[in-house]
Amino acid sequence: MGYTIGEKILLAHTGKKDIKPGEFIEANVDVALGNDITAPFAISEFKKAGFTRVFDNKKVVLVPDHYAPAKDLKSANQCRILADFSREQKIVNYFEVGCMGIEHALLPEMGIVLPGNLVIGADSHTCTYGALGCFSTGVGSTDLGRAYADGKCWFKVPTTIKFIYKGKLSKWVGGKDLILYTIGRIGVDGAIYKVMEFSGPVIRGLSMDNRFSMSNMAIEAGGVTGLIEPDETTIEYVREALGAKSPKAKGLAARCKALQSDKDASYEKIYEWDISRLEPQVSCPHLPSNARPVSKLKDIKLDQVVIGSCTNGRISDLRIAAKILKGKKATGALRLIIIPATQKIYSQAVKEGLAEIFVKAGGVFSTPTCGPCLGGHVGILTEGERCLATTNRNFIGRMGSPRSEVYLSSPAVAAASAITGRITHPEEV
Amino acid sequence: MVIKGKVHIFGDDINTDDIIAAKYLVTTDDQELGKRCMENIAPDFVSKVAPGDIIVAGKNFGCGSSREHAPRALRGCGISAVIAVSFARIFFRNAINVGMPFLETDDARKIDEGDSLEIDLSSGIIKNLTKNEVYKTEPFPEFLREIVGKGGLMNYIRDRHV
Repeated sequence: MGYTIGEKILLAHTGKKDIKPGEFIEANVDVALGNDITAPFAISEFKKAGFTRVFDNKKVVLVPDHYAPAKDLKSANQCRILADFSREQKIVNYFEVGCMGIEHALLPEMGIVLPGNLVIGADSHTCTYGALGCFSTGVGSTDLGRAYADGKCWFKVPTTIKFIYKGKLSKWVGGKDLILYTIGRIGVDGAIYKVMEFSGPVIRGLSMDNRFSMSNMAIEAGGVTGLIEPDETTIEYVREALGAKSPKAKGLAARCKALQSDKDASYEKIYEWDISRLEPQVSCPHLPSNARPVSKLKDIKLDQVVIGSCTNGRISDLRIAAKILKGKKATGALRLIIIPATQKIYSQAVKEGLAEIFVKAGGVFSTPTCGPCLGGHVGILTEGERCLATTNRNFIGRMGSPRSEVYLSSPAVAAASAITGRITHPEEV
Repeated sequence: MVIKGKVHIFGDDINTDDIIAAKYLVTTDDQELGKRCMENIAPDFVSKVAPGDIIVAGKNFGCGSSREHAPRALRGCGISAVIAVSFARIFFRNAINVGMPFLETDDARKIDEGDSLEIDLSSGIIKNLTKNEVYKTEPFPEFLREIVGKGGLMNYIRDRHV
């Protein structure tokens, strides 16, 4: 029996001859990621257990992005713990405010996570790098503290569900709509303990940014990771991230080829969907699985629109939003907040004139941060308020008051809705 | 080890934002986290918990964010174990790694608010003292039992390395 891409990557990190779903393994990780919320626990567990040096100062990555730039004294303390630990351990990939970005946009952009890698992160959206053909998954702080010590993580080898998308995407429909639709079909526990593998002609035609949006939300269906077999689009992206002269770029195409799932690989389930008639999707409160076509939502008035996050804060997301907002104004009754995910994206958006379009439209153009997505800062909702966000979670109280509401959509729907003040199909504006 | 306590019922898909909201993730103190446990969905929960009490929930308990603060907040407010129809993967890992007892069983649906339970963790047998019923659960695989037996992941690996 052959292997799926997920099984191939896990196997390659164990030193074993074979693996099978259900088996417990201890695997060597290529990257161990933490942020200002999760790493402080990891660091204290690591130290409490008596360890003094991290296993590899090039494989530990620390990004203060959730409450950074520090929103208050307690957040400043948490960020300080990361800075001090990084200095003490000579961590190469520590990103201070100014070069920091939202971790799941930053790591691929910097070429830190690569096809075939095994990556753990104490953040559930670590599954984002699955889009590169990288087995990346969210773990807890103690898992991270353990990896600091010996570079290993325990796994139960998961089974895989394959999703094949066929047909032709309509205008204004992209990766975010595909993943909201998928979660709507299978539910928030539809892929619990399982790898999601996204494939088919529609995926082949998607840009990397759209692929990242999809893999990012695998966790919202309970998935371990959301894998996409690497192809020409992946290789081109990775080459640019690494720089042509990087030794890591050598043999990349051959490595990507070897990662393709075997023809006789075994899947727990295969879904095959024709998405030609798929409309832009919106997930209603209070679960990402409450996905509806945008045309079904009438007169949902909004107090705030947020465009950004590890799901949709990349340059092509900002370009789509700017295309819709150009020469227009967000309605006066509404707050429009736009947050590029990294410094590179920020600077590109300024260069291309996108930042000016947003500001002229009455929007706020912020420094990179996870900020409002988790009710941290830069756009908290008060009682009775409603927000449409390009983020990934609409749980009760996610962005502030437990009596506020969050709807999820693509940047196109979010930008169109900012103009009208209610949830709107981009065609309408 | 035997755990005894009264039951607090929660539904399906209880996420870790429900268990402990993100705004409180600025401490590494379990007791501090415990004061805010379930605040968004059940504001009076913490005031009703007596030390040793047990949470019983539906499917996919602990979904969403990877925050390990969730099992720690539960422990911090006095919860001694969680029984659910199923657990989300990262919560499952975190509970194992920090040594928070939990059991997975469809029989969770038969248990009601306020029932008194007695859980024998070594056999996985749950006695419902109020209803006079017994529920059997599958013991953890050996690998996980070893981690739990050592009192969590860090103790488990410390014995190998330090």
